[in-house]
Amino acid sequence: MTQQSGTAVLSTEATADALLVATGISKSFGNVRALQDVSVWLPRGQITALIGDNGAGKSTLVRVLSGVHPADEGSLTFDGSPVRFASPEDARTAGIETVHQNLALIDDLTVWQNLFLNRELVRGFGPLSFLDRKRMQEQAEKMLSRLSVNVPPIRSKVRRLSGGQRQAVAISRAAGWGSKLVIMDEPTAALGVQETARVEELVKGLRADGMTVLLISHNFDQVMRLADQVWVMRAGRLAAGRRTQDTDGEELVGLVTGAITS
Amino acid sequence: MADPTAVRAARGPTPGAPDERVRGQGLLGRLVARPELGALLGAVGVFVFFSAITDQFLSPLGVATWLDDSATLGIMAVAVALLMIGGEFDLSAGVMTASTALVTAMLATRLGWNVWLALLLSLAFALAVGAFNGFLVMRTGLPSFIVTLGTFFALQGLNLGVTRLVTGTVQVSGIRSAPGYESAGFVFASTVDLGGHAFQISIAWWVGAAVIASLVLLRSRLGNWIFAVGGAAGSARAVGVPVTRTKILLFMTTALAGWLVGTINILRFASVQANQGVGLEFQFIIAAVIGGCLLTGGFGSAVGAAIGALIFGMVRQGIVFARWDNDWFFLFLGVLLLGAVLVNNTFRRRAERARR
Ligand SMILES: Nc1ncnc2c1ncn2[C@@H]1O[C@H](COP(=O)(O)OP(=O)(O)OP(=O)(O)O)[C@@H](O)[C@H]1O
Ligand SMILES: [Mg+2]
Repeated sequence: MTQQSGTAVLSTEATADALLVATGISKSFGNVRALQDVSVWLPRGQITALIGDNGAGKSTLVRVLSGVHPADEGSLTFDGSPVRFASPEDARTAGIETVHQNLALIDDLTVWQNLFLNRELVRGFGPLSFLDRKRMQEQAEKMLSRLSVNVPPIRSKVRRLSGGQRQAVAISRAAGWGSKLVIMDEPTAALGVQETARVEELVKGLRADGMTVLLISHNFDQVMRLADQVWVMRAGRLAAGRRTQDTDGEELVGLVTGAITS
Repeated sequence: MADPTAVRAARGPTPGAPDERVRGQGLLGRLVARPELGALLGAVGVFVFFSAITDQFLSPLGVATWLDDSATLGIMAVAVALLMIGGEFDLSAGVMTASTALVTAMLATRLGWNVWLALLLSLAFALAVGAFNGFLVMRTGLPSFIVTLGTFFALQGLNLGVTRLVTGTVQVSGIRSAPGYESAGFVFASTVDLGGHAFQISIAWWVGAAVIASLVLLRSRLGNWIFAVGGAAGSARAVGVPVTRTKILLFMTTALAGWLVGTINILRFASVQANQGVGLEFQFIIAAVIGGCLLTGGFGSAVGAAIGALIFGMVRQGIVFARWDNDWFFLFLGVLLLGAVLVNNTFRRRAERARR
């Protein structure tokens, strides 16, 4: 590796306390090679950012980590043991919650139904277990009020919500389950100034609670404000890694565009 | 700065305060938002209309007749509605009623099987075909319209071909003398005397199907998943909803309903035509659509579909009671379908905000 910038390069060799280690991940869609031999790791209890231009492969990596589609090659280690996520449910069970770039909300379901989709609370047992709607609605109210400025009415259909409110619902869903790792794919993309500030507070709050966060963002100021560590992707490959304390926005821009190679 | 938004932003609203611009939902608003409202209005209209212009429509005989006509259609419509909410179609649902009846009848009459045993095997056959439909749709990603059109033709061919091979005719009859016919007939094809007239037990099956389907849809986890896979399968998958399993289960449910209706028919009429059931699949879909189901999935109601079937039965028998030519049935059907869809479409916009 030629190091042309003056700062410390982050090794793809994970430290012992890494929560998640991805090694040699490759993924193709037909003849589009979306990911080629990508190795990254996430330090436990810290915020790691993943940046790169449009089409760099960030969301594809997110979908591999969250079990939406398995990698063609490569391996994952989560919380100390090797894992293979055959489905998103596997990843969620292991403790990985994800805010997808498309938010993965169901328009025709209500806010509270979306928050509890596939995590429904029930009363009774076996075939005679019924949804505990009241309890879900109460908890949904709490999950949302931590975050939004304009709390969307929990009984309204998601279709009726504004872009920011939808994002708030998706983020609340991911943050609400006390999981180990929360992945957020451009969580503030549709948000106003206040909402963005609030999401950033929430992300810091997750870290304060001991959770690990992977944050995808195009906003380098935000990355510098929040993240402890940054991975840079370019055209499906890992381009560089930095501790945020060792870098600045200018260098990140250079790494993303390829003006600086490391 | 005179910009009001800037002032508001500077002050900042209370965290967690509900958005005051969203109006609360009154009882009326919630009622109007129900998907089955259009069907309910239509049913009341049809009921009042035929009650007014004919004498028999409201008599016990009349009521028993149109309920009977609605019942078997209603059982199918409820299952088809679940499938449509889940985002799929099943064009093989109509012939399935004949296929299952034929399997039962042939096993009982040709091989001398006990009727119950024959029913068990035709049930297994139906569930297998349903699972095959679902598996193929999910595996290939082809539209279910095409896949089940294929199953529809295949089953129709089998119905005719096998029946002719085995019996030399195009019908199977004689199940009355088979062992177990009495008890099976009691469960699936008996009548109950109410108000001096015999009501078919199929009416109870219809109501039962609607109640169970509604409970599943609105009060169980599976119900949530059905709405989710029909509304946005990709999003549902991303949060771990078992999309493939849910959809296959729905295809098996329509097949199960086909078996139930086939069973009711064979035990009641004691004979089955090999070409029975063809064309009914669209009636099921129409009843479900009148009942508020969207063709695009993710929205609809099981009770609505049951009411859609009720409208069908009332119109079909009402026309007979009024001594009109049966041709008018289709005019009625067309007008009702359009009317219900327009009403549903108008109210759906409100439904998007409503509590379910
Ligand atoms: N399901 C898919 N099928 C085919 N190609 C895909 C699929 N998903 C992603 N790709 C391709 O993989 C490449 C990487 O896409 P990806 O969405 O991961 O980029 P990204 O870094 O998230 O970009 P953005 O910043 O725009 O969100 C693109 O060329 C894209 O077209
Ligand atoms: Mg992306």
